[in-house]
Amino acid sequence: MGRVTRTLVYALLVGMAAVICFPVLFAVTGALSSQWELEEKLLPIFTYAEDMADWTLLPLAPTLRSLVEVLLDSPGFFTMFWNSVKISAGILAGQLVVDVPAAWALAKFPVRGKGKLLTLYILLMLMPFQVLMYPQYLVLRDLELLDTLGAVILPGIFSTFPVFLLHRFFQAIPKELLEAARLDGAGEVRIFCQIGIPLGTPGIVAVMILSFLDSWNMIEQPMTFLKSKELWPLSLFLPSIGLEDVGMGFAAALLMLIPALLLFLFCQDDLKQGIALSGGKD
Amino acid sequence: MRKICLSPKARQASISWAFLLPNLIGVLCFTLLPMIRVLVSSLQSAVGGKWVGLRNYVNVWSNSAFQLALSNTVRFVVVCIPILLVLSLAIAVALHSLARTEYLTSAYLMPMAIPAASVVLVWKALFHENGLINALLTDLGLESVNWMNSGAAFWMLVISYLWKNLGYTMILWMAGLGAIPRNVYEAAQVDGATGWQTFRYVTAPNLRPTAYTITVLSLLNAFKVFREAWLVAGDYPHESMYLLQHLYNNWFRELDFDKISAASVMTSAVVFVLIGFLRRAWDQEV
Repeated sequence: MGRVTRTLVYALLVGMAAVICFPVLFAVTGALSSQWELEEKLLPIFTYAEDMADWTLLPLAPTLRSLVEVLLDSPGFFTMFWNSVKISAGILAGQLVVDVPAAWALAKFPVRGKGKLLTLYILLMLMPFQVLMYPQYLVLRDLELLDTLGAVILPGIFSTFPVFLLHRFFQAIPKELLEAARLDGAGEVRIFCQIGIPLGTPGIVAVMILSFLDSWNMIEQPMTFLKSKELWPLSLFLPSIGLEDVGMGFAAALLMLIPALLLFLFCQDDLKQGIALSGGKD
Repeated sequence: MRKICLSPKARQASISWAFLLPNLIGVLCFTLLPMIRVLVSSLQSAVGGKWVGLRNYVNVWSNSAFQLALSNTVRFVVVCIPILLVLSLAIAVALHSLARTEYLTSAYLMPMAIPAASVVLVWKALFHENGLINALLTDLGLESVNWMNSGAAFWMLVISYLWKNLGYTMILWMAGLGAIPRNVYEAAQVDGATGWQTFRYVTAPNLRPTAYTITVLSLLNAFKVFREAWLVAGDYPHESMYLLQHLYNNWFRELDFDKISAASVMTSAVVFVLIGFLRRAWDQEV
């Protein structure tokens, strides 16, 4: 590529990236604006007036008022934030305990019917939630788990995507290393703990990030399986905030966004690696 | 104490199952067995459990809401996937050929980390009749668009899907690009190939297996666009964006279990076929 085309391509890429990042900046600006300023700018949206809404890249008079209000004056917010945390933590912990060993077994042990089992896991991992909704509802009803956080956490733990992705990471660990350890008399559990887990850590981290983003963002599952509002996670509460509370809505949205965004910023390399692996070959 | 003696093989097998079983039991209980149960119940009536053969399936097929939702879903997939694949490939190739692009790559990937619920207000402010996109359009001297209550709602869905999935798909392409050996490019350069020729005769053939995988993964991700649609427009959006997911949710809420079980089975059958393609792609890649 010539110098000029190179610069043009670069400019185009930066421009598109700016458009893509705009909604995030928008959410941040919204959260740092006062209710008054938001009403001023977005008034045409409430009133369906003739003129159009307006926006500035940065708040005209930045304030933490809405954020403080959400944090201090709305106990409901805390309950839901806490519910989101419990759901995500429960799913992640369960996956660590149950999915990591299963993935190790599928990657490194001579299990009979392994190929078929893997195909099954891939099949299940790609099923849209709407297909699983009714079947899972029936089990959860029989187990009397409906309308408890368990109804969201348990099926989340046994989603097969983490196993599939971890299995790919574990496969990359050289066989010779395990053979050598076996010759030295190490047991399988010890090999798993002292070789598998340490060498597989980047993969485990990538999978945990993906799982966190998924569970933090969950909407369909809690919507279907949780009736009581006091069990709702933030993701169900936010959409119910109307434009009349727009300041609070933006603030609550930012508080929900922060954990996901921080995680993304700090672990983006692991995440990219994880995604790259999910599309590769067996 | 008596030592339990197992042959090494049996020992290995029992350890394997100890690692695998906790997960497998959960998967069987919460996913596979319930799906089989619904397959059986799709052939029965929900009330009374009498065998009704394929009647539930016929009812679903002849349901007008189903036909609308199905055609919208198919239209969405047919429009979205090609745009997504071409656009993300173009960006991936461009990024791949430039230096120091980590930050740009991250910028494209970021929407993936953004919870749909926390941008719902942004979406509403952008796509409202008097919202910011229309403000921009009128400033440019163009017609404003009624995003929520006209056929344009469909395009709002397309934009949401592209916004969310562009980065993810781009990373998949970049992994494919990174796997093409450098010396193939050097050979092309020695032969004096132009940029387009290099892409056409070196990059594209090498990316074919990746393309297949990405297509199928994107198809399956297309189902997740429901979140954005539902958050912005609720249970009954404009009919141009009424998807199968809306329909299944509404049937579920109305306790229409006859229909939902037949519909679930049909959808899983479609997924089965898609996975068949995906596996073939992976097998060819070796």
